[in-house]
Parts: sequence; structure tokens; C-alpha cells
Amino acid sequence: MIHQNILLLLLPSHHIAFGAQAKVSPFSPCQANHRLVAFFPHRLRSSLSRPIALASFDSEILQEGLNRVLPAGSVLPKKYSTSAKEITVREALNSALDEEMSADPKVFLMGEEVGEYQGAYKISKGLLEKYGPERVLDTPITEAGFAGIGVGAAYYGLRPIVEFMTFNFSMQAIDHIINSAAKSNYMSAGQISVPIVFRGPNGAAAGVGAQHSQCFGAWYAHVPGLKVLTPYSSEDARGLLKAAIRDPDPVVFLENELLYGESFPVSAEALDSSFCLPIGKAKIEREGKDVTITAFSKMVGYALQAADVLSTEGISAEVINLRSIRPLDRATINASVRKTNRLITVEEGFPQHGVGAEICMSVVEESFEYLDAPVERIAGADVPMPYAANLERMAVPQVDDIVRAAKRACYRAVPLAAAA
Amino acid sequence: MRLKIQSFSISNSQAVVSRDESLVLYEDMVLGRVFEDMCAQMYYRGKMFGFVHLYNGQEAVSTGFIKLLEARDSVVSTYCDHVHAVSKGVPPRAVMAELFGKATGCCRGQGGSMHMFSAQHNLLGGFTFIGEGIPVATGAAFSSKYCHEVLKESTPNRLDVTVAFFGDGTCNNGQFFECLNMAQLELWKLPIVFVVENNLWAIGMPHLRATSDPEIWKKGPAFGMPGVHVDGMDVLKVREVAIEAIARARRGEGPTLVECETYRFRGHSLADPDELRKPDEKASYAARDPITALRKYILDKELASAAELKIIEKKVDAVIEDTVEFADSSPLPPWSQLLENIFADPKGFGIGPDGKYRCEDPKFIEGTSLSLESCLPANHLHRCLIPSESSIRPNSIKVRHG
Repeated sequence: MIHQNILLLLLPSHHIAFGAQAKVSPFSPCQANHRLVAFFPHRLRSSLSRPIALASFDSEILQEGLNRVLPAGSVLPKKYSTSAKEITVREALNSALDEEMSADPKVFLMGEEVGEYQGAYKISKGLLEKYGPERVLDTPITEAGFAGIGVGAAYYGLRPIVEFMTFNFSMQAIDHIINSAAKSNYMSAGQISVPIVFRGPNGAAAGVGAQHSQCFGAWYAHVPGLKVLTPYSSEDARGLLKAAIRDPDPVVFLENELLYGESFPVSAEALDSSFCLPIGKAKIEREGKDVTITAFSKMVGYALQAADVLSTEGISAEVINLRSIRPLDRATINASVRKTNRLITVEEGFPQHGVGAEICMSVVEESFEYLDAPVERIAGADVPMPYAANLERMAVPQVDDIVRAAKRACYRAVPLAAAA
Repeated sequence: MRLKIQSFSISNSQAVVSRDESLVLYEDMVLGRVFEDMCAQMYYRGKMFGFVHLYNGQEAVSTGFIKLLEARDSVVSTYCDHVHAVSKGVPPRAVMAELFGKATGCCRGQGGSMHMFSAQHNLLGGFTFIGEGIPVATGAAFSSKYCHEVLKESTPNRLDVTVAFFGDGTCNNGQFFECLNMAQLELWKLPIVFVVENNLWAIGMPHLRATSDPEIWKKGPAFGMPGVHVDGMDVLKVREVAIEAIARARRGEGPTLVECETYRFRGHSLADPDELRKPDEKASYAARDPITALRKYILDKELASAAELKIIEKKVDAVIEDTVEFADSSPLPPWSQLLENIFADPKGFGIGPDGKYRCEDPKFIEGTSLSLESCLPANHLHRCLIPSESSIRPNSIKVRHG
């Protein structure tokens, strides 16, 4: 009985713990606990005389309590165990690159440190040894040059994967991404297509400052002629990267550095070498009926955590992992909003003219009559990313922000914190 | 790699070209000149619009290089691309119709004056940004090398060559240096010729004011490749250099930087009042008109008679008249063309016939990528003609041929 009580006490504690552990994956202890509690609902009800107030426990007390019950060194399972295999996003990307390069000799990888350094973030580990320097090309620091070289090679049917060390550096090559890659098929009236993939980490990392932290989703998704993908989980990373490499059009593939080390379960189907996800189709990560939360990349994890928090307060949130921000899966988003009648969009990038603005407008255009509350977008702060850790935390959406916004949409608002 | 200054003195006694070759060169240059003059006329009559940049005076460079290329070789140009297109073999009708914005243009009116593309003739554009074409050309050369060495395609020891044309102003741009560097990398040694059309002016900015070291050919050896300066008003001299540079590239010895000193007789564009260039400078270069020079050479060396040259000129006039009539009478593009060709695969993840994205169709297939066997014909240049990977992966997108 004590054990279950401890677990019960742990259930609300995840809410407190979140502020400090913003990078926890959806399969964190909270979710594990949530499910363990779900296994014993009858016991819960019998042992519970009144609901335990939220945020009234100090996590240190709980931790002490936990230590009394469990021997030191044993931990609650971090991931809820399933029969599925788990791989990190890094492994997913690496395996996708490996398989596509193996299947098609026209695929080659080009970028800074992709070869001998094994990849700046080790995404291309092992590929140089396997495919040689003619297919895994270490370039000089010449983004404009090698992006354009990729385009020229793609004109002739090769399938280059151009890696930017971060998408911030793609600014030096943006002329080629937009003017020669995105527009060539149109300008040539379909004579010359560009089957190229531009990939790399995008968005805020941790403490890397203003010039290394921008999210370029909105910039690239603005341009007709580009397909822009934003994977979240390992399955997304594998399936979307494979689809991108096979796609005959230019694809901007926005990864996230902080997700590289995250593990996600993947099905056997996802591990198959012909696995591919469709471009332009969002995934409903979590079904719900009260409010729709759309997110992409790292924010999907935050949205899922927020959905967990909301569920303890009786709000059932539907979380949509966009996967593709151009083309945007307007059908799925609108169908969801027609079901829930409320919309929150979440993104890490700057708010003005962002992805959320587009989604909100799409819903207003197509599903206005179904809305029961104003649509709301959560975005990063409208400032270049500060360095100080506390300011950085304020400049990126946190789970609390999503929870508060969802409550606002459900008319369960709490007073807003002072705006910056 | 030591720099090479090549000076070509044509011997007075012997012609360096055969009669046939000389007539091909003559006709090509005259075609370029008359075409551009007609563009000016059409522009002032309102048939052509937007930005139009004319090549008058620089024909020796285009003809000198492009007439040596094979059909499989590529040319990458700038916004001043009409004559490069015509020299490469794109029908003048198609170029003129493109300029008029008609559906029969080489890009169906989608590109316009500054974006000439022809997959069939390996003309890769048509780029407005200064220096933008250079990396694309370097990539095309890269694909030639890749197909040869990695995919084991194409004839052994004969690489397809890419020629990139750009101006003096471009030689101060970052992408130029990035590509000179990369083309010459140890592992790369790409089959490309970088051709600088140094006409001394970038709109109103003279080369000498904009450049700390104005001798552009010297920038080649700085990156380990030969740099050559040649008189770009003399098609035979250009041709001599071009023969060597192209052969070098084809053999796999790597890139060459060729600086052609040339001049544009007209302004930067048809909107340019051209007030900054001095009349005596213009007059001195007008006296070196490449067409007049070749004509004189042909007559002096008795390769052809004046009457034969006149026949060629009349023929060219007739061709150009025909192109104008053709372009005039061609239809404008249909409205539906607005949304076409944004993506290469309208039946896959792109736009469907109803103008909406395919992925919005509720029946959109999940999980596997679509085969595009029934898709439109190939819309990229086909240098690498290995069997598609469909034999390896049944569900993959097929490479289109033909």
C-alpha cells in the first residue's frame, strides 16, 4: 500500500519537476508513473479519500520518500517498456542515410565535417568508411559554394544531401536554396528538377546564443518550390529523411540538435529499409477532444507533456505532430479543430509571420464556424536568443506556457504572467 | 601551378581555321548580333518587357567557346544569356518566344530573358544573381566527374565539360572564389572552364574602381589552376584558348580560368542610359568589332568571298524575321500554367490537377512512397543513365529516363 501511495504522490510531482527538466522526453518518469497508476485504478480509488492538491508538495520530500521505498540505485523505468525497439534520432538519421546511400549510388552526402569528423553531430558516423570520400564529401567552409554545387549536381539527376552544420549557416547559402533549388523547376517550365535535400539542425540548442539559435521553419516554408520537413521522433526522422532523399524536389529537412540523443520506440516496419513516410501528412500523436495543439520538432515533446498535465485537470488535448510544414497538412489540422473546437499552435521560432500564424489563418479560413475560442499561437519570444540560461528559458516556449494557453482556450484561464 | 600568359599571334600566312569552321563562327556571331539588335527593337515596341540585357560586342566569347562544345557539354550563363542560348543550339524561335513571354518559349514563358533553360541543349540557365551560376556550373561539372568515377558512366577519359560565363563584377564575389577553390580541390579537379567576360563595366561601376587587383586571370593560379588572359574581341584567339581549356577539362586535368577582355556596345540593360562610359572608349572598342574582324580575316585569307558572307547575313536576317513572326503569333500561356511545375511530381506529394496539394486528399496513401512510373516524362538532365533503383527497391520513386 505504501508503494502505491508513493506512486500516487509522484503523479502530481512531475508537474513541479518540469520547470527544471525541460528536455525530458515524453517517455519520462511522469508518463511511466501515469501508466502505472492507471494499472491500479481500483486501488487508487479505494486508497484515495480526496484528490491531492497540485503543486503542494516539495519534490525533495517526495524524493526522500521514494528513496525510503526503493533501494538506492534502482530507478523507475525511464521508458515505459514495450516490445518495440528503441533508437535515438541520431541512429534513425544515420540508418536512413546509410540505407539510401546503399540503395542508390547517385545519393551522396556533402557538408562540413561529414566525413572524417564523422559528422559535426555524429549523424554521418561510419558513412565515410563505408562509402568512401567520393560519396561522403568533406567540404571547405563554403556554404554558398557547396549548396550551389549540390544544385548543379542535382540538375543532372544526382541526389545530393547537403548538410548545414546548423541551419543558421544556411543563411550563407539561402540564395541557392531558394533561387536555384526552389525555383528552377518552375523557371524552366518543368525541364529541370532538383532532387536535393538540405538538412541539418534547426532552432534553439542550449546556450549557443543569438546567431546559432534561430528557427528557420517559417522562412523556408514561405517559399513555393520547397518541401519543408520537421521530424520529431525517430520514426519521423527515418521515414521523412528517406522520403526526402527519394523525392525529386528540393527538400529542407529541419532537425533539432536537442532531439538527436532522444530515444523513441520504433516499430519493425519503421526499421525496414523501404520504410518511408508521406510528405505533407501530419500525425496525431495523441488523440483528444477538448483542444487541438499543433507542434513540430522539439515542441511536439513539450506539447505531449503539456497534454499529460492537462489531462490531470480534465482537459483532453489532441496533439498533432505536423511533420511537414510545407506542404502543411491543413486537412488534418482542420479536421481536428472541427472536432475539438479550439486551437493552440506551438513553435519555437519568432512569432511574427511564423508557422503558427499560417495555421491559425488556415483554421480561421476553413473552420471558423467550428471555433469556440480564439485561436492562439505560442512562439518563441520576439527577441534574438539571449545567452543567459534563465533568459533563454524565457525566450523559448515551455510546457507551462502551453498548459496555460490550453486552459485559456478552454476558459479555465489563470492570470497571465507579465508579458516581456 | 605557374601562371601562364598566352599570347597568340596569328601567322599571316596560314589561317588557323578551316573555311567551314570560319563560316560556322561567322554565322553564329552574326546570328547573335542580329538577334540582340532585334531584341532592342522589340523592346522599344513593347513586345518584350522587364529586364533585358544585350550581348552586342561580346559575341566572340560566346561563339569562340560554345562552338567547340559537344551537345552533352553544359553551359551556365548569367542574365545576359540570349546569345549563349542561341550559340548552344536553342532554336532562336524558342528564345524569342520566351522573351515575348509566350507559351512556345523555351521555358514556356516562365523564365523570361534572364532565365533561359534548355534541358535538351544542356543550357543550365539564366541566373540573375551575380555569381549564382558559378556554383551551379561547378555542380554540373561535379556530376560529370561523379558519373564517370563513381557510377562508371560515360566514355572513359572523356568527361563532359561545363563552361561557366560571368562578368568582371562577379570576380569580386564570394561564390566565385569558393568555386575556384573547390573546383581545384585535390580530390575534385572538376571538368569546368571559368570564362570571365571582362567588359570593364558592372552597370556603372568600372572594373578598375571595384577591384583591388584588376588582373582577373591572376586569380586562377592563386587557387592552383591556370589563368589565361585573351583578347575577347578576336574570336580566333578566344577559340585557341578555348580548345586547350576544354581539352584540359575533358582529360580530367581540372579547371581553367580564362579572362576575355571584351566590351558591350550597348548599356547594361535596355533601361541603362549608359552615361558613364566615355565615347572614345566606346569608339575604340567599336573599331575592334569581332564580326568585322572575322569578316576581314576570312576575306584576307580568302576562306570565302564577300558574296558568300552576304548570303550568310541574309540568311540570318531571314531567320530572325521568322523568329519574330513566330513569337508574335504564338499564344500566351494558359492560366493553368500558373500553378504548374512548382514541383516535379504532381501525382506524388505535389500539386494535383485541381490545383490543390495531393496530401490534402483524404485517401492519401500512408507509409510508402509512390512509384512515379505513370508520371510526366523526365524533367531533369540525363547524364547518369544507370538503371533506376526500382530494381533494388520496389517501392521507390523511379528515375525517369528519356
